[in-house]
Amino acid sequence: MAVEKKVLTCITCPIGCEITAELTDGVITSVVGNSCPRGEKYTREELTAPRRMLTSTVRLEGGRMSLLPVVSEKTLPKEKILSCAEALRSVRVKAPIKEGTVICENILGLGVNIIASRDMERV
Amino acid sequence: MMENLYDVVIVGGGPAGLSAAYSAYKNGAKKILVLERDREPGGILQQCIHNGFGLHHFKEELTGPGYAHRCMELVKDKPEIEILVDTMVLDVQADKTVIAVNPEKGLMTIKGKTIILTMGCRERTRGAIRIPGERPAGVFTAGAAQRMVNMEGYLPGKKIVILGSGDIGLIMARRMSLEGCKVQAVLEICPFSNGLTRNIVQCLKDYDIPLYLSHTITKIKGKGRVEGITAAKVDDKMQIIPGSEFDIDCDTLLLSVGLIPENELSRGLKLKMHPLTNGPIVDQHRETSVEGIFAAGNVVHVHDLVDFVSEEAEIAGKYAAITAIGSIGAKTQDVEIQPGEGIRTCVPQHIAVSEAGETVRLFMRVRQPMRKVGGGEMLFTKMLPVAKPSEMIAVNLPAEKIEQINGTIQVVIKEV
Repeated sequence: MAVEKKVLTCITCPIGCEITAELTDGVITSVVGNSCPRGEKYTREELTAPRRMLTSTVRLEGGRMSLLPVVSEKTLPKEKILSCAEALRSVRVKAPIKEGTVICENILGLGVNIIASRDMERV
Repeated sequence: MMENLYDVVIVGGGPAGLSAAYSAYKNGAKKILVLERDREPGGILQQCIHNGFGLHHFKEELTGPGYAHRCMELVKDKPEIEILVDTMVLDVQADKTVIAVNPEKGLMTIKGKTIILTMGCRERTRGAIRIPGERPAGVFTAGAAQRMVNMEGYLPGKKIVILGSGDIGLIMARRMSLEGCKVQAVLEICPFSNGLTRNIVQCLKDYDIPLYLSHTITKIKGKGRVEGITAAKVDDKMQIIPGSEFDIDCDTLLLSVGLIPENELSRGLKLKMHPLTNGPIVDQHRETSVEGIFAAGNVVHVHDLVDFVSEEAEIAGKYAAITAIGSIGAKTQDVEIQPGEGIRTCVPQHIAVSEAGETVRLFMRVRQPMRKVGGGEMLFTKMLPVAKPSEMIAVNLPAEKIEQINGTIQVVIKEV
């Protein structure tokens, strides 16, 4: 029976709890150090299939600025983050835009929408 | 002119100013004016497009623009609150006269019954840290680069080195990577990171960006444009260790080497300033040394969380409103709060104790990273698993404890 300890920092919130997970034969048997349930969820996810939020910008026409900030509605698989960011580089939108508008539906078929982070008036 | 008389005039329309305005409104102020120099309110949040804001204050995870939007929703469509953008405040006087200028109205003289200073902070530059070498193009502060990349639509360069591991530097390391740039290294002169630990994980480790602790830059190379830098290791006195130098290739250097509260107006007012926070000395209501002039947010001391900025600004807004329409009440004692062992700064710096009694929340920063900290035999003590200089600590001091104080208290932090 191989017991292994992994120490990681939770990134769910700015507190950044230091969490120790114990794995027996690769299976998580205990999670300690988290101060809320999200820490355990993060640890389990991080050790099996890590996910991240993505924030970036897309080109905007007709607004006060030339860029619109966007955010993924949910987390995306960590290894897909760079390709998602690349995909967003060719997206162009037109003002006006409301916060929460879907800018890129189901990005790269991952089941997650990319939405606008803010309102942008037409000028 | 009577129409220019306000209950509360707020200098700066970032998260502190907007939160202060809403709080002043909730606490009975009828005429509130926010003066903002940028083209829209929201302050620095508008360029902080990453997420992680608002978990404390709005109980949801927001991006910077999302947080700014929530703040603006609270103050919009209220006849009591007026916001002037594109407006630069030139002077604030102790009699609460504000001189401001904007392209539409020209020079304005505004009078407030109370004033709240919420000007925020700005970044330390290359000049502030004296890096030797050439003076080529391609050296930016991390925040300036952030504005270029996130709002203006320019990339400052392709191959990046970042000096300083403050949060803006870490966030920019990830941002530049997402835009297809190569971030070669982050160098930090301290033996510990000055950013949130979560940002080391999600901004550096995720992108395999090396973090060199106890390292600094000894030379910037390049004539017209940055061509590279020379890095070196420093000892425990932050002196460069000879022979440890090595070169890193880059076309851009971003500096994330600290923030300075923007206090030109405060100095003009001759407010008593604190030498370590670089901000005005305030009491628990965030009133400065000049009666009726309040201050909150990064102008008082640099925060790591905008949620705390809002919290502090709400205190300032509340008591500015109460002062404008009535009185806070006579104080029975003034308690000085001295940073003791392990504590670098504490805000507020003093408590104006009144008969009403109130819980006071202390916001502190430690000198160096510590584990399992607490107090011992004390007036009041709190245990924490870890303490880091980059992460502000907040402790509530209950009213009944404040009543027991005579003159001064010390805040200390110890590993137990």
